[in-house]
Amino acid sequence: MSDSLVILLTGAFAAVACSLLGTFLLLRGMSLVGDAVSHAVLPGIVVAFLLTHSVSALPVVLGAAAVGLLTVFLIETLVKTRRVKADASIAIVFPALFALGVLLIARFLDQKDLDLDCVLFGEITFAGLDTVRILGAEVSQPMLVLGGAMVVNLAFVFLFYKELKLATFDAALASALGISPVLIHYLLMGAVSVTTVASFEAIGAVLVVAFLIVPAATAHLLTDRLWLMLVLSAAIGIASAATGYVTAIALNVSVSGMMAAAMGAFFVVTWLLAPREGVIGRFVARRRARERFALALVLERLARQPADESELMKDLAWPRERLGEVVATLRRNGLVELAGAAMRPTPMGLGFLSATAA
Amino acid sequence: MFDLTLLTVMAGAAILGAVAGSLGCFAVLKKQSLVGDALAHAALPGVCLAYLVGSAMGWDAKHPLLLLAGAMATAWLGMLAILAITRTTRLKDDAALGIVLSVFFGSGVVLLTYIQKGGAASQAGLNRFLFGQAASLLPRDVAVMAALGGAVLIALAFFFQAFRVLVFDRAYAASRGLPARRLEVLLTTLVVVTVVVGLQTVGVVLMAAMVVAPAATARQWTDRLPRMVLLGGAAGALAGAVGAWISSLERRLPTGPIIVLTATALLAASLLVAPRRGLLWAAWRRVRNRRRVRVENLLKDLWRLGEMDLGRFGAPRAVSDVLAVRAAPPRAVEDARADGLVRVQGPLVELTPAGLARAGRVVRNHRIWEAYLSRRLDIRDDHLHRDAEDMEHALDDEVLEQIDQALGRPAMDPHGRPIPRGMPS
Repeated sequence: MSDSLVILLTGAFAAVACSLLGTFLLLRGMSLVGDAVSHAVLPGIVVAFLLTHSVSALPVVLGAAAVGLLTVFLIETLVKTRRVKADASIAIVFPALFALGVLLIARFLDQKDLDLDCVLFGEITFAGLDTVRILGAEVSQPMLVLGGAMVVNLAFVFLFYKELKLATFDAALASALGISPVLIHYLLMGAVSVTTVASFEAIGAVLVVAFLIVPAATAHLLTDRLWLMLVLSAAIGIASAATGYVTAIALNVSVSGMMAAAMGAFFVVTWLLAPREGVIGRFVARRRARERFALALVLERLARQPADESELMKDLAWPRERLGEVVATLRRNGLVELAGAAMRPTPMGLGFLSATAA
Repeated sequence: MFDLTLLTVMAGAAILGAVAGSLGCFAVLKKQSLVGDALAHAALPGVCLAYLVGSAMGWDAKHPLLLLAGAMATAWLGMLAILAITRTTRLKDDAALGIVLSVFFGSGVVLLTYIQKGGAASQAGLNRFLFGQAASLLPRDVAVMAALGGAVLIALAFFFQAFRVLVFDRAYAASRGLPARRLEVLLTTLVVVTVVVGLQTVGVVLMAAMVVAPAATARQWTDRLPRMVLLGGAAGALAGAVGAWISSLERRLPTGPIIVLTATALLAASLLVAPRRGLLWAAWRRVRNRRRVRVENLLKDLWRLGEMDLGRFGAPRAVSDVLAVRAAPPRAVEDARADGLVRVQGPLVELTPAGLARAGRVVRNHRIWEAYLSRRLDIRDDHLHRDAEDMEHALDDEVLEQIDQALGRPAMDPHGRPIPRGMPS
């Protein structure tokens, strides 16, 4: 397999694995717990690395993922003491664990083992160099691990779709139906931990947050349906990974950084252009609503008593041009008709009025 | 031991701690602890852009003022992006923070690698903004930090009253005609400046801790905002100075992480031992309380046995009989003896005069409370006992006296048992 294909696949696997979980994190208002977990697994990774001298072997992934769960547990314990609020608990626990990880690296590792910068943004371009032998073929280890994470997450979301959906949107109903929201919560957090650790070598502790949250947030602006949101966020993730890779190679800059930046670009474009949630879409919708309201206001006045334009002027006290516009629109669309000098609503106009009033 | 280099580093770290700790109080109280984290990450591309612009223009591209100005620009942009996202889409705060944090940081990484690969030998040393490199702080860096930090503290002092109202009751602030939204932007702008102050010392990734941990520490020691702000600043400065000093003791103790861990340790200690709120005190109070309830229940049971025995309250009883009343733990006898409330002789236990008085009081509390519940709150007689079992230990004498008076000093409880007043003969 060529290096660029390996990198591309690694990025795409990471994007899919992350965005599936990110969708649920986002909907549950837990985006920053994902941020916390991805940082806090660092000491686990360092300790595991000291023991095994690998950052993506399976025992390392599982061991460090346990630290991720521990983080979630610590945050919740701190909140339960009622001495610190939830947001502050997050902001206390993960920097402390992350600092511990950095300290461990500085104390016990050399640059050549685990580069500090690499901790933050990974080094996906090495994905092709770090290989293991499987069935006689050299296979990239990060690609393999992230592929595994993707399969696990796909299976998780597929098997527990109903449970995840219920626990996310109506935890009380979920418990009533015998689905433990707490269990689902910890399963999800376990999956997030495993995925961030698996992504660690390729995209690092901070940029994985982009992979988790940004495609999911973009998809959220495009749809209300959960399954479609999952599909869209995975697709946006893959598209961003590909765009980011191509751009980064062309400019000779960090691939994972560019992937995150590409996710940001997709988000901004969607934010502007999304049909209903987008800035432009909302602007157009608001304009249209204002126009309908103006038409309905004039129709309502005419329905009570037919009037000509100067009488309308007196009643509504609108600027002359504005009233002229509205009246012209009404006549053009056949919503009013002339009865002598005065105007009165047509049956279609009355229909429009009752539809708008409702 | 304290040479000029170390003093410089300690001063820088203390300034950062003081500013972040006092300002952080508002972020923590406003439940916006993670804003600092997001904005710190958002500062990274600014540092790189400033460097690029600086070198293109032929300025001193590593001058702290230039780099920090760039940091401030993109951090501020990040703040606007967070506000815009939450205001114009249905995405919540946490998502907006996560998006800004990671995308800005990703762009920063792109620029960083661009500088490193293009930027020949000078290497810029911009990496130190990631984890901070307090050891490389120069007096001119500390001067810039002091100027920026001083500006933040002055602004904080000037707008203190407005921020206070804003934090505790935003609706009230708006109704008083305070420009709540503009004040919020100002407060976040101050967070931006603070974050920028911390960049060279603890770096973008660990900055969150400096804003939150000292403030949360201060919160454990006081309920008053002015005191909390001062304590937060002090805790931050202490963590900064001590952390910087510890990291100078040995090689390979990076300053940023040590400072953060010191601040966290300070918080952990406060969570445990702060008076009143401290977890250890709370646990101690619980243990003491349980012991008191245990002892008082034993005394009450002795009293009840006396009632059944024609009012011979002080007579010795078999320990096993007393404990059998409510399956009390044998420890209860031990505790009561230690307090001088009972005497134990072999298998027998009897109330001392002090124990008798205390027992009478507990029984009186129980029965007056039952009378109150029954007469004034119309609670059914078979529902009274359980509640009175808890309240008898909790009621204080003054309240009870008032209830007793209000009820006209009843002689009997609702079950027809006498309410003891004064010492039995």
